Amino acid sequence: MFLRTSAAVVAGKAARAATRLRGGGSAFPGLVAERVDPGFLAHALRDVRGGIVVVSGTNGKTTTTKMLVALLRAHGRRVFTNPTGSNFTRGVISSMLPELSVGRGQLVADIAVLELDEAHALKFAAAVRPTHSLLLNVARDQLDRFAEIDHTAGLLASLAASTTTGVILNRDDSFVARVAPDLTAGVEVRYFGVHASIAARLPELVEADVRFGEEFSAPQPTAYDGLLRPVDERAFDIVFGSDGAVTDVGPVTLQQRGLAAMINATAATTTARMLLGDGFDPAVAATALAAVRPPFGRGEVIMVDGQPLELVLVKNPAGFTVALGTYGTTPVATMVAINDNDADGRDVSWLYDVSFASLRGRGVATTSGVRAYDMALRLSYDDVPVASVEPDLTRALDAFCAAHAAEPKRIFCTYTAMMALRRTLAARHGLADFGEEG
Amino acid sequence: MPQPATSPLESRPSKGTINLVHLYPREMSIYGDLGNTRCLAARIARHGYTANVIGHHPGSVLAQDAHLVVGGGGQDSGQARVEDDLFANADRLRALAADGVPMMMICGTYQLFGNAFVTVEGKRLPGLGILDVTTQGNAKRMIGPSVLDTEFGTIVGYENHSGSTSLGAGQAAFGAVRHGFGNNGEDGTGGARTGNVFGHYLHGPVLPANPAFADALIGYAAELATGRAFEPEPQDDTVADEARTRQIRRLIR
Repeated sequence: MFLRTSAAVVAGKAARAATRLRGGGSAFPGLVAERVDPGFLAHALRDVRGGIVVVSGTNGKTTTTKMLVALLRAHGRRVFTNPTGSNFTRGVISSMLPELSVGRGQLVADIAVLELDEAHALKFAAAVRPTHSLLLNVARDQLDRFAEIDHTAGLLASLAASTTTGVILNRDDSFVARVAPDLTAGVEVRYFGVHASIAARLPELVEADVRFGEEFSAPQPTAYDGLLRPVDERAFDIVFGSDGAVTDVGPVTLQQRGLAAMINATAATTTARMLLGDGFDPAVAATALAAVRPPFGRGEVIMVDGQPLELVLVKNPAGFTVALGTYGTTPVATMVAINDNDADGRDVSWLYDVSFASLRGRGVATTSGVRAYDMALRLSYDDVPVASVEPDLTRALDAFCAAHAAEPKRIFCTYTAMMALRRTLAARHGLADFGEEG
Repeated sequence: MPQPATSPLESRPSKGTINLVHLYPREMSIYGDLGNTRCLAARIARHGYTANVIGHHPGSVLAQDAHLVVGGGGQDSGQARVEDDLFANADRLRALAADGVPMMMICGTYQLFGNAFVTVEGKRLPGLGILDVTTQGNAKRMIGPSVLDTEFGTIVGYENHSGSTSLGAGQAAFGAVRHGFGNNGEDGTGGARTGNVFGHYLHGPVLPANPAFADALIGYAAELATGRAFEPEPQDDTVADEARTRQIRRLIR
């Protein structure tokens, strides 16, 4: 076992070096290490004493993980995470490799925070039981892969059931909150959610859960449950249990805009507080959250000829609806790019579960991507004018930037469209820090 | 680039009101099937008629004067929540179908409009029997883009179902499979048609990208609603045609 793990570390590191040279593929080295030693993960994580935290759910995994890591590091904890965002178990192994000592093959960290999608979270949990799970939400996303959201909810429930110490649940999402009764005895539960003052916005944030006859009612928040209370469009407080408690965090202004990011911050903060216990410092938390930069394509701003261009990743109806709610208040020149590769979801039906009425006034400059015409057709049914359709992403981007050179711009895009556009923008405008994020 | 027709006929009197009933919009529309209702309502208006959209929810009485009925796909949980209501309204739905009311049932509601659904465990769950089809539950799902040749031309959509549907001896198919699985992935049939009742597995949603099919449904409904032949207005379907033909070209060589 000991020798095999050392061999796995060496083999994986060699593969990692080889992939680096080729310039891509963050999961491949992990595949090599996993083949050599199937017990690799369990062994590597054995000395991580402060917690093995899995972040899962449909929307917000990357942002929330980044925020949670920032919160823990700001409190002095050594944190291992999977920063490349290749959120599969092999991706986790890949990102471990540079941090492992070849002799012992173990991570030197206090806490591991891992972003994993629902299916891979279960595979990971089969190898290593997480001490904590943060379950964000269940929404329609890539139904061609997971088939049904009830099934996705079942995956998250299984993840929660295999968690040993603490589970942090979205109290406003009944698919998530309803897993509480099925937890192992002794596992503590914390909830995050929105404050009563913005409860009216919940329908745009959560899916209808029709699995049960009785209506779902959210559990009463305790003093350890974080609730989001926005101050204005960008600033908010996180209140714990009753308003005005000494542990309340904020007001905080995030670099990333919108309600979704604020809810992610609330989830991360509630989790950090559970992990840190009495060591949690609200002032340190507020400072750490304010310093978190948006991950790629999640409201990332790229300067193009002196004007900001925002890249907004859209993956599913809930995410697109929240993005339109966030950005609709500041209409700018807009492009929408829809691909239908596996990573985007091959089925574009979901575009009809989003209302595009907020784009009506300003209109859309161009639609692009493999399904450019389907997007233009969708917009026509919401009476949104579309000035042009150009399936080729690079041609569309060039024409869009040229036609709107002297003003702010925004592109809503699916995953592979975002990666392609960002690659073009990186080449043209010399962006640093380029890599894949999930 | 053609712009959306924003009610060019607003000033003219309506040619008549079409009652469009969407069955179980909450429980049975997980794959964007509400887009079909949105498309029908918009096109009804563009043809100079008035659309009266009625969402039918479990526990309510089905609109007696429905001219057009659509239903979508749901999850097993959604299906379980609507079955009682569907059977409570079974006679009314059968009578409407017999009167020639156009209906389009997709995926889960297509299966419920058949004779029965047989679960993987062999349990037989009866359907309404409006279409002579029987569906066998499978462990494997049939997922992917789909192309059918139909009397309304070649139509495109996206299927995602685990049931294999077979047609009864005299049951007409809705179309022939050019790409994808269709009813069962084996016999090349896609969907079923009896009178003006259509059942099939095409999400997408199917109607926006296939306006000829949408207008056929509206045509049948307009005749029932007004007692006169359908009086369509010319439509600019350039974008829909481009979306559809591009999918066909990608999938069929």
